[in-house]
Amino acid sequence: MTLGTMVIKMGEGFGKTCAIFFLTLLFSLPLGMLVALLRMSKNRFLSAVTRGIISVLRGTPLMLQLLAVTYGPYYLFGISVSRNKLIPVVVAFAINYAAYFAEIYRGGIESMPVGQYEAAEVLGYTKAQTFLRIILPQVMKRIIPSVTNEVVTLVKDTSMAFTVSYQEMFTIGKQIANSQTSFVPFLVAGLFYYVFNLLVDFTMGSFEKRMGYYR
Amino acid sequence: MKKLLEINHCRKSFGQLEVLTDLSLSVEESQVLSIIGPSGSGKSTLLRCATLLETMDGGDLIYDGCYAARDNGEKSVYASPQEMRQIRNMFGLVFQNFNLFPHYSVLKNVMEAPVLVQKRDRREVEETARNLLGQMGLADRADAYPYQLSGGQQQRVSIARALAMNPKILFFDEPTSALDPELTGEILRVIRSLAEKKMTMVIVTHEMTFARDVSDYVVFMNEGVIVEQGDPREVIDHPTQERTIQFLRRLRES
Repeated sequence: MTLGTMVIKMGEGFGKTCAIFFLTLLFSLPLGMLVALLRMSKNRFLSAVTRGIISVLRGTPLMLQLLAVTYGPYYLFGISVSRNKLIPVVVAFAINYAAYFAEIYRGGIESMPVGQYEAAEVLGYTKAQTFLRIILPQVMKRIIPSVTNEVVTLVKDTSMAFTVSYQEMFTIGKQIANSQTSFVPFLVAGLFYYVFNLLVDFTMGSFEKRMGYYR
Repeated sequence: MKKLLEINHCRKSFGQLEVLTDLSLSVEESQVLSIIGPSGSGKSTLLRCATLLETMDGGDLIYDGCYAARDNGEKSVYASPQEMRQIRNMFGLVFQNFNLFPHYSVLKNVMEAPVLVQKRDRREVEETARNLLGQMGLADRADAYPYQLSGGQQQRVSIARALAMNPKILFFDEPTSALDPELTGEILRVIRSLAEKKMTMVIVTHEMTFARDVSDYVVFMNEGVIVEQGDPREVIDHPTQERTIQFLRRLRES
């Protein structure tokens, strides 16, 4: 197999890699905020349960979670494994990343000086107005570097979908490597991820710059 | 004179520590009242109770006849959230460390609350805001961000932000304590000019000469109670209570 065919074949899987990446972000970024708010809830029970869930999600391998979400329903309830593996893959990724994002959000929110809340309170802002207009925009700025870190990791983590044989780029690369007894597909995959992450870096960097108008 | 603020028999504890003990105070329209006293005397807590940032354990808090809190013989019972919103509209607070919103321009810092909270017309508010910034000597800084300003300028923005809400009474919590000595003068000048315009103000301060020159009434607090109060020249220049004499002497020596 020529290098060109390899790249083309793997490129076909790259669409699926992108699907995992973008769908995971689409769901996990907002879900993480919900989880963070539950984690900070004044209701002790809610907060404790959320904390437990975050702990499990962060304390066990993502690969295991992928397997559990994909094959769990079959072993537990006899429901046949869905033909379209994208759904369980994205569910597993979104839940796992939401746990990480939640902790980043929480850190950002808790780092806000209490004076910002008090100034808004005295001016008569409601709790929701205070959070959405005063706190959240400042939290966003503070957490961008940590979020970038997670997003970069996500790019590479998409390769884990091979454990459930979802035909994304790395899975295809691995198949080619096996059939051709060649290491080249892995190098190609590495290059794909690296270029993807250059784009991620650039994009996140421009977000950071856009929020750099104040200190 | 109309009483704009009345605090009756206020009690406040943090855990075991009683910070305010049966404290009563009233502020009349156009009055400038200074609260002085050593740190830990409860003056900031009193201000925070008055501005609803802390809840009192006991006592009444009355703004212009409206009860924010009423003592039921056992504890303070606060008004409904709706009434509290109206009461919050009656006063403004200038913080020691400004607490400007760093992600907003100077103009937006001043404009947002009147538009968002008081639902006033944006154009009318912008005119008011620019006017106030002009009075504060900051007409040309409307588009700057707080981090680009000096501490004194930031504090003047925060005064404009409070004034834009048209408060009946304006509180200052040690407005010059976070500033370099050279910058305190500009804040004191602003407060003085507000006093000349008959703005009702309650000022917690360490600036004795300022308290004496600007205020109509001075309250000296110690350990959660008012030890001495009255005409500023009397209290500051001729204190009668031992604790006041001691405090003022120490201040003069330092």
